[in-house]
Amino acid sequence: MTTTELTTLKKLKQEIIKAGAAACEGHLPSALSILDILWVLYDRVLNVTPLTVADHDRDRFFLSKGHASIGLYAVLAKKGFIPFEKLPTFCGFTSSLGGHPDRNKVPGVEASTGSLGHGFPMAVGAALGLKVAKSPAKVFALIGDGEANEGTVWESALLAAHHKLDNLTLVVDYNHSTDRALLVGDLAAKFKAFDWDMSAIDGHDHEAIFSALSNRPKGKPLAVIATTVKGHGIKSMEHNPEWHHKAPKPEELAQLLEEAI
Amino acid sequence: MSMRKQFVTTVESVLAGDERLMLLLGDIGVFGFNKTFQTYPGHVYNIGILEQSTIGLAAGLAMTGFIPVVHTIAPFLVERAYEQLKLDFGYQQLGGNFVSVGASYDYAALGCTHHCPGDVGILKNIPGMEVILPGTAQEFDTLFKAAYADGKPTYFRISERENTESRAVVFGQAEVVKKGNQATVIAIGPSLKPVLEACEGLDVTILYYTTVAPFDQQTLQENCSSGKIVLVEPNYVGTLAHEVTQSLAGEKIMLGSIGVPREFLTNYGKAEDHDKTIGLTVENIRHRLEKLLAR
Repeated sequence: MTTTELTTLKKLKQEIIKAGAAACEGHLPSALSILDILWVLYDRVLNVTPLTVADHDRDRFFLSKGHASIGLYAVLAKKGFIPFEKLPTFCGFTSSLGGHPDRNKVPGVEASTGSLGHGFPMAVGAALGLKVAKSPAKVFALIGDGEANEGTVWESALLAAHHKLDNLTLVVDYNHSTDRALLVGDLAAKFKAFDWDMSAIDGHDHEAIFSALSNRPKGKPLAVIATTVKGHGIKSMEHNPEWHHKAPKPEELAQLLEEAI
Repeated sequence: MSMRKQFVTTVESVLAGDERLMLLLGDIGVFGFNKTFQTYPGHVYNIGILEQSTIGLAAGLAMTGFIPVVHTIAPFLVERAYEQLKLDFGYQQLGGNFVSVGASYDYAALGCTHHCPGDVGILKNIPGMEVILPGTAQEFDTLFKAAYADGKPTYFRISERENTESRAVVFGQAEVVKKGNQATVIAIGPSLKPVLEACEGLDVTILYYTTVAPFDQQTLQENCSSGKIVLVEPNYVGTLAHEVTQSLAGEKIMLGSIGVPREFLTNYGKAEDHDKTIGLTVENIRHRLEKLLAR
């Protein structure tokens, strides 16, 4: 990671914390868990810009774990899809930036997600549609390991493999948040058994993320199992389930911003 | 021709002129669409038995410019995949078509797992969802062609039972079948057949609705001077009572509802057996109407 990238990511983490604190809302550790993946996607992988956001042949990204919306908003703001000044309005009554993203309100948001297990099937449909239309566009979806509890994830895994959707990449943000409820085990092996190509990476290593997401196996969809740390980059949030759906209090804010790396 | 066979013919005829159409079968009706699979590869899929993901996938297709048509048995299409219909299509404001078979208890012999008299009621709770109950095969064709590409999610309820004659139906509009003075009878979809028989010789207005969402308030408002109304539905009784009372808000009305009772119909047999048991018959409609007229 370059020094510039480090500075950018640190600033985005601070913006996420500040937006959550201002809103008294948000799933901040979930957003931090996927921030590196989102950054690499929008910075180096996705063929989409604010100017091509409605083009038929743009690449598409589906944030299936919609509760991490503030992470997506931060990256969309940095990339010019939405004004940076909007971030502090997060979860406000008339804000376009909700606790879950809305495709009809936010440029760059492909799907209105929030109920887990919805975004991935839609991404499969988009990949099928683009393939039938012979579009060069690629489709990326991101789910969490908790979301992998949902039956639609495995239904969609079957569908994508059956229809040989090699324009589709699924990233699993494997931060082990579901371990306390239902173990999902070796996800790489599971997707392989579903006839997907797969790779397992450190979800905070930008080169590994870029390399995995740039891979385009022929004839199969690709699953990237990204091991991540929930709350990554804010020390007291890391591996701390207490923060899952908790906003920083005013007296906690300075300390959390100071912790950002 | 049955509505089910008409569905095949209609889809083939639309596909011939509209490459945006994408048919997704939930592993039913596959034989009927044999020719369609061959003629329109890439546009017809036997997607499998996974209704929730099929609706999600259909939404993804809609996002890339296609017009999906999803077809399976009513309880699986509507009740199992309800959240996908609500969020993926309703909330996201995407266009798609959902064509069910197995209206209410058409699959009488298969029992309650295959019944779905609640489809109309729960679907009309989704803002923007269009709900259509054709009364005949020809009416299905007319209504499908009118609404399939309107950019809204639209539900078509294919029924085994049909009215005797097709009418000149218009999407979104009710028809005044007969003008009378003493009461207004509202017939929904295939309920028109028993309603027409039950109303023989009576001085009543008969309104025929095939589109129930959006609900044509104006036709009811203009044809209800008696204030006495009987609502006859092939789905759960009183499903459209709210639409009737909202249309006539502020008016003094007497409303009687006939339809499927809200209970599990645990017998098997034929659909007609259930009709008799629950009173969806010419005789009962006539009886209820006469009682209302006598008040």
